[in-house]
Amino acid sequence: MDFFVKMREYFNQTGNIARFAGNFFTVGMKPRYEIKELLAQCYFIGYNSLPLVGLTGFIMGLVLTMQLRPSMVTYGVATELPVMVGIAIVREIGPVITGLIFAGKIGSSIGAELGSMKVTEQIDAMEVAGTNPFKYLVATRVVATTLMLPILTILGDAFSLFGAYIGVNIKSVTSFHLFFNDIFHSLAYSDLMPAVIKTFFFGFAVGIIGCYKGYFSNKGTRGVGSSANSAVVLASVLIFIIDLLAVQITDLFGLN
Amino acid sequence: MKTAVNASNTGSKNEAVIVIENLCKAFGDNMVLDDFNLTVHRDENVVVLGKSGAGKSVLIKCIIGLLKPDSGSILVFGDNVPELNHEDLDRIRTKVGFLFQSNALYDSMTVRENLEFSLRRHWIEVTQHDIDNLVKEALENVGLPNTADMMPAELSGGMAKRIALARTMILKPEIILYDEPTTGLDPVTAREIDKLIVKLQKKYKASSIIISHDMNCVKNTADRVVLLLDGKCYTDGTYEELHMSADKNVKQFFE
Repeated sequence: MDFFVKMREYFNQTGNIARFAGNFFTVGMKPRYEIKELLAQCYFIGYNSLPLVGLTGFIMGLVLTMQLRPSMVTYGVATELPVMVGIAIVREIGPVITGLIFAGKIGSSIGAELGSMKVTEQIDAMEVAGTNPFKYLVATRVVATTLMLPILTILGDAFSLFGAYIGVNIKSVTSFHLFFNDIFHSLAYSDLMPAVIKTFFFGFAVGIIGCYKGYFSNKGTRGVGSSANSAVVLASVLIFIIDLLAVQITDLFGLN
Repeated sequence: MKTAVNASNTGSKNEAVIVIENLCKAFGDNMVLDDFNLTVHRDENVVVLGKSGAGKSVLIKCIIGLLKPDSGSILVFGDNVPELNHEDLDRIRTKVGFLFQSNALYDSMTVRENLEFSLRRHWIEVTQHDIDNLVKEALENVGLPNTADMMPAELSGGMAKRIALARTMILKPEIILYDEPTTGLDPVTAREIDKLIVKLQKKYKASSIIISHDMNCVKNTADRVVLLLDGKCYTDGTYEELHMSADKNVKQFFE
């Protein structure tokens, strides 16, 4: 019995999230557009996330190279290290890790912020002040996450590749030019474009889930904490599901 | 379409500004408002008294359009609020101020930005010079002229309540809805807020509905007291009339 109740709750929530996402396209995309708030959110969500994304990307590239190197030396393909690391970072590891870092930082932040605004009646106050809170709070944040994550992913990839370059040079000597020449020669648009396109969906998922969890936060501080927490968990799971679908779709089009 | 800040509130004293008829609102099986009726006249301070969970806050949230009633009508200046579209609701909201129980100050904005928000969002036809003057006047009205650049987190409970009141009054509303304005304040600050409510009501000639179970607040602010019991308007009269009542449901609030 308990199982069926939980299943019903699960499907209810899925339906509510789908409706909430649908409202983004129907209500959120209608004028009046909140351009000033959108730019403020892009600054907060994009620019302020750059140091974290850059640092984690750099370490990821460095560690990945150092871990791969011994195996590649064993098989006598150490010269292919830049190509392998480059493709792995650009196609898969860069977008997914950046997406997960983004979900952790921004998903929780949006969930907690909107949850706290809900609990302290600030969302109601906004409505009384002649503002549609869905447009002002939700639409701006979802657009900002959708636009900023692809940019952050590309920058994160660049930091990762630089980390990989440092990693290669710890045990051997490779010039900067040769290292990046190898990578860019092996990469095609079919490697880059699907990876970038899927990050728009990652960003949209992080924004929608963070806003949904915050907007419908239960009363009390525990509710706010729970909103932030479940926003991260659900957004992270969704990132993996979208990634899986993206792989299937690119395979269908012969882009793998 | 831009509108101007409400210049002054005119109209006859007997004019009904809010007429609520047969209002019903339930949350699941819990019938909070059951055939509730109330009329508020111009310049009148009506206090709605009731136990916690009686539906007092639900009532004023229905009046401002934050909650949709299940049935009944709420006429504000002749417009039935539950039937209004978003645009018309915004037009009504420029004339109706709402003081939240938790103050609901936007904590990421300064006091000045909090006060300016309504002015900018309601498409009010004002210049930056007008906005500066209105903010200054609003802060002086509540006795906190030097707080414009402070953040809400830097304010004490009493100061936050005054700033919330200033924000409510900045559009010079013709009706003000107060949700438990003195809850959580010490007795001295609570009496100061009472005086401020009466002072501003007289200055701007606004009508008010005050939700409270603080009997000092009721005594200091009410022209008329309505007791909300079991979702209905149980009784209605002046503070003195209710104070003298022999009815046990009324007496329990004055003991």
